[in-house]
Amino acid sequence: MTGAPVSTVPLSAALALGDDALVLSHRLGEWAGHAPVLEEEVALANIALDLLGQARTLLSLAGDEDELAYLREERAFRNVQLVEQPNGDFAHTIARQLYFATYQELLYGQLAAGDGPFAPLAAKAVKEVSYHRDHAEHWTLRLGDGTEESHRRMRAGLDDLWRFTGELFEPVDGLDVDWTALRDGWLTLVTKTVDQATLALPTGPQLGAWTAGAGRQGIHTEPFGRMIAEMQHLHRSHPGATW
Amino acid sequence: MTSADWPLWEVFVRSRRGLSHTHAGSLHAPDAEMALRNARDLYTRRSEGVSIWVVPSAGITASSPDEKDPFFEPAADKPYRHPTFYDIPEGVRHL
Amino acid sequence: MTTTAPEAGAYEAVFDATVAADERIEPRDWMPDAYRATLVRQIAQHAHSEIIGMQPEANWITRAPSLRRKAILMAKVQDEAGHGLYLYSAAETLGTGRDELLDKLHAGRQRYSSIFNYPTLTWADVGAIGWLVDGAAITNQVPLCRCSYGPYARAMVRICKEESFHQRQGYELLLALSRGTEAQHAMAQDAVDRWWWPSLMMFGPPDDESAHSAQSMAWKIKRHSNDELRQRFVDICVPQAESLGLALPDPDLRWNEERGHHDFGAIDWDEFHEVLRGNGPCNDQRINQRRQAHEEGAWVREAAAAYAGKHSEAHREAQA
Repeated sequence: MTGAPVSTVPLSAALALGDDALVLSHRLGEWAGHAPVLEEEVALANIALDLLGQARTLLSLAGDEDELAYLREERAFRNVQLVEQPNGDFAHTIARQLYFATYQELLYGQLAAGDGPFAPLAAKAVKEVSYHRDHAEHWTLRLGDGTEESHRRMRAGLDDLWRFTGELFEPVDGLDVDWTALRDGWLTLVTKTVDQATLALPTGPQLGAWTAGAGRQGIHTEPFGRMIAEMQHLHRSHPGATW
Repeated sequence: MTSADWPLWEVFVRSRRGLSHTHAGSLHAPDAEMALRNARDLYTRRSEGVSIWVVPSAGITASSPDEKDPFFEPAADKPYRHPTFYDIPEGVRHL
Repeated sequence: MTTTAPEAGAYEAVFDATVAADERIEPRDWMPDAYRATLVRQIAQHAHSEIIGMQPEANWITRAPSLRRKAILMAKVQDEAGHGLYLYSAAETLGTGRDELLDKLHAGRQRYSSIFNYPTLTWADVGAIGWLVDGAAITNQVPLCRCSYGPYARAMVRICKEESFHQRQGYELLLALSRGTEAQHAMAQDAVDRWWWPSLMMFGPPDDESAHSAQSMAWKIKRHSNDELRQRFVDICVPQAESLGLALPDPDLRWNEERGHHDFGAIDWDEFHEVLRGNGPCNDQRINQRRQAHEEGAWVREAAAAYAGKHSEAHREAQA
């Protein structure tokens, strides 16, 4: 199977998944030249490149990848708010990776097992995101069970981003996914890693958070507007130009 | 460990099935698991490998260049170990 | 070792013969102290250039004007981190650890290529860096694949192989701009105007002023003189610029039938020395960012080391 014809692909789902990957890839790209150690420059860039590749495939299913990335207004983006959160320190970035990569692996796993239009893409992507989850887990363990400072920072990262995780399990139109099973699987995996890292799963609103479902409706957080302003500026300054 | 200086690891990559692992280079990592992951990112990011070994550099015992002669000279007088030692009549193939 | 040590002279004779026979010197071989020091200095400078060189290009990752260009640029900046790592490893085989070299870089006691002290002001600068800066670097680096020191030569083989796409992407990027709108063409020409002369300076001072050249050539660390490589680069670039439809900013640039090479104008060596002294547009900015990333990453490196310590102890206890 070489990818379903565009007409059979649910547009909103392609945008939701594509925007998730696009936005997280952009955030990870901001680390270039700032990573805590050179080996991590290479690792974070690998993850960013995988995600950008996924974004390009998904957005191309929905239309022209560059038009969609560069010419939509903030309210038209369908990514979850979790992926647009600023990098913060390395622990925040790892917490975001842990939450999101675990979700993405389970989601793509289900899509790959099904026979929907995203199955071929998901089958390839699930291998990539499984490595992203592995990377996040290894760092969660080292930061959680490292020094006092790293423990404190890792806990802060997990806590701060917790309220953006409820949105991950809001059903997306056009995706044939068992969302309850997805959430249960996600909780099990994240809890296991967090426990092993001598940390505790955050408390506080998750599914009930007011943000839950907002990103998918085009309601984003303030930093996102600045992020896409930077991302789109050059492209928009030269209407119709090719690059 | 109080130092944040990560130890050095040597990386060996099997580029494809049927070949042995070959030394690709080295890198720093806090432990073996991370060394393996760093090696995967660094030395196989253009799909150069199917299997990776990492070994702490400190764990390698090497022959000393001073011992070169006693170590390697004996082999030098055993040319019969090398296929070019043997004359084969012209026309004989697949040897 | 307690075996009777041949006197240093005998070792030196072996070293000289190895170099003369065009064979490689390997890490545990005896080598003159000055050879070792020269290599550490050169490899470190090369490694530092790779990682400082990430900054001017990373400056445009978040603003790349198409997703294709963004992927290419990210992959390229990532390669530079990787190349820095290969080179620090090569230096490490000479007994100098990466941390020590980074400390020297951060303290301003070791150099990196001055070209990275110029700013990337527009998107076209990403193209100019790929075409001219990487082009000059490749001209310098290809002969290093035959450098007499094995680990350095092997690192360079890997780097040159991986870098082949860097220059091409830069050229392609500029070509798209040059053939694009008027504004895009002007952007490309402006970038070439700003990067051409600094690129020529990348080959180092003229041969008669180059402090380390003669000894490095004798040791086969270096294979061609600065001026020789610079001339080769100019000759390569002239027809490439024509195909791009962009002008090189040198009124004295013309073909010299007699020499079989292009003549070119005088390089402003005062500018070169000023930038080298730390007075270029971005010297402070580049080092500060590097230092900041290193300092802000300290707690991460400490955490991973602490974790490894705890868990190897736990592992030992479990086995006991």
